[in-house]
Amino acid sequence: MTATTSPRTAAGTPQPADGAGAVPAHTGSRTTRILGVLALASSALLVLYGLVISPPDVEMADSVRLMYVHVPSATYLYVGCFFTTFASAMWLWKRTPGWDALAEAGAEVALVFSFITLGTGSLWGRPTWGTYWTWDARLTSTAVLTVLLIGYLALRRLDLDPGARSARVAVLGLLLVPNVIVVNRSVEWWRSLHQGSTLSRIDPTIEGDMLVALMVGFLALGLVFAWLMVHRFRVAWLEQQADRFDLDEALALRRAEATTPTTPTDTAKGTA
Amino acid sequence: MWRDAALVAGRDLRVEARSRVTLQQVGPFALLVLILFAFALDPARQTLERATPGLYWVTVLFSALLALARSAALDETDGVRDALRLSALEPAGVFAGKALAVAAELLALEVVLGIGVIILYGAEPAGIGLLVVTCVSATAAIATTGTLYGALVSGLRVRETLLPLLLLPVLAPVLLGATRAFEAALGGAPADGWPWCGLLAAFAVLYSVAGAAAYGTLLEGS
Repeated sequence: MTATTSPRTAAGTPQPADGAGAVPAHTGSRTTRILGVLALASSALLVLYGLVISPPDVEMADSVRLMYVHVPSATYLYVGCFFTTFASAMWLWKRTPGWDALAEAGAEVALVFSFITLGTGSLWGRPTWGTYWTWDARLTSTAVLTVLLIGYLALRRLDLDPGARSARVAVLGLLLVPNVIVVNRSVEWWRSLHQGSTLSRIDPTIEGDMLVALMVGFLALGLVFAWLMVHRFRVAWLEQQADRFDLDEALALRRAEATTPTTPTDTAKGTA
Repeated sequence: MWRDAALVAGRDLRVEARSRVTLQQVGPFALLVLILFAFALDPARQTLERATPGLYWVTVLFSALLALARSAALDETDGVRDALRLSALEPAGVFAGKALAVAAELLALEVVLGIGVIILYGAEPAGIGLLVVTCVSATAAIATTGTLYGALVSGLRVRETLLPLLLLPVLAPVLLGATRAFEAALGGAPADGWPWCGLLAAFAVLYSVAGAAAYGTLLEGS
């Protein structure tokens, strides 16, 4: 994860040069293109391993193939949450906009992976458990986590003064992982009689090509996760820059309106 | 800090006592929810009796949302927030005071609801010690968490809709723990309920610490 995209924004220039020059025209770079190609290639490999090479499971038959997507996406869902909480903590400490952008990227990508997790999970549950949904500990806590992420992003999306919003979303983001842990513990405790963890049911039977397929799944979705994170981070960063441009432009207009050039320049600091 | 907390709690409760919103609106609303549950679940006593602990705590949560929105709204009018910032009161004290005031209101509400549940749902109180400890720890958990999240959304135009969305998933473990503890108490097996009380207490401590630490940031950043 590189934070080196810093567009050469020249905070003093009032005119946002359209297109080339001031801000990059897109969020891609050489590194992300290589990352994207790798992600595509490993996804193709996952399709090959998951759907063709690996054998059907003895108990779960072909539905086991969903696990090669489900388990990795659940894992990266939690990785995304950790990114958000870590970045929120760092923002509260350093107060630099990059951490805010990273927290946003983590939560959004985590939400995508939570939908993948819930979707593949319920498709898998139908043939295996005979129902799309059951009040299993993992399902329930993943559902609550999804709502937590939606709430977090809802607060982010509000049209607020950037400084005030950053403080609020940072506190909310900081609480994300503790909330997830408390919800997971309590729900697991509640459902402990119900059934053991889903993973441990698969683990003993996994070997050979199935294990390889799962590993390929981790690799492919990991690369997809990284690619999404980098791009989402850059989009968030550019959004922040755009906000700043708007402010600079408005300030410049105001200054141009004033007849005398004696306007104090300290308004341009914009320390929110 | 505790002196500041007492000051803020005293102010909130005095405003509440004078406006009587909790007494005249939140309390009746809670009783209304109890009646609506009876409509929804068929007043054949068995269903209601079995579901009493869950219904009780869902009602408390819904009513708590109203009380918390009130508590947050108190600081939004007449520049109260700026006054608080300038008053040199410790942010942790302000947080504790607001949480204490909400907790006091909720405890009163829970007593009323308890009586309502006994009369309307035919619940037989048992395991009083466990019930009381559960109420106190769950109330502390709701009040601290709610005060913190109330500050997160205060001043926003969409706060009425956003607060439930943010707060209810976070309070899911409280609902779970309080309901299980009540079930254990009413079911005559209090030993099963005490671990849930532990969970509630741990939750309350976690959010008291988080709220006391974060309230300053939220107060200054709004």
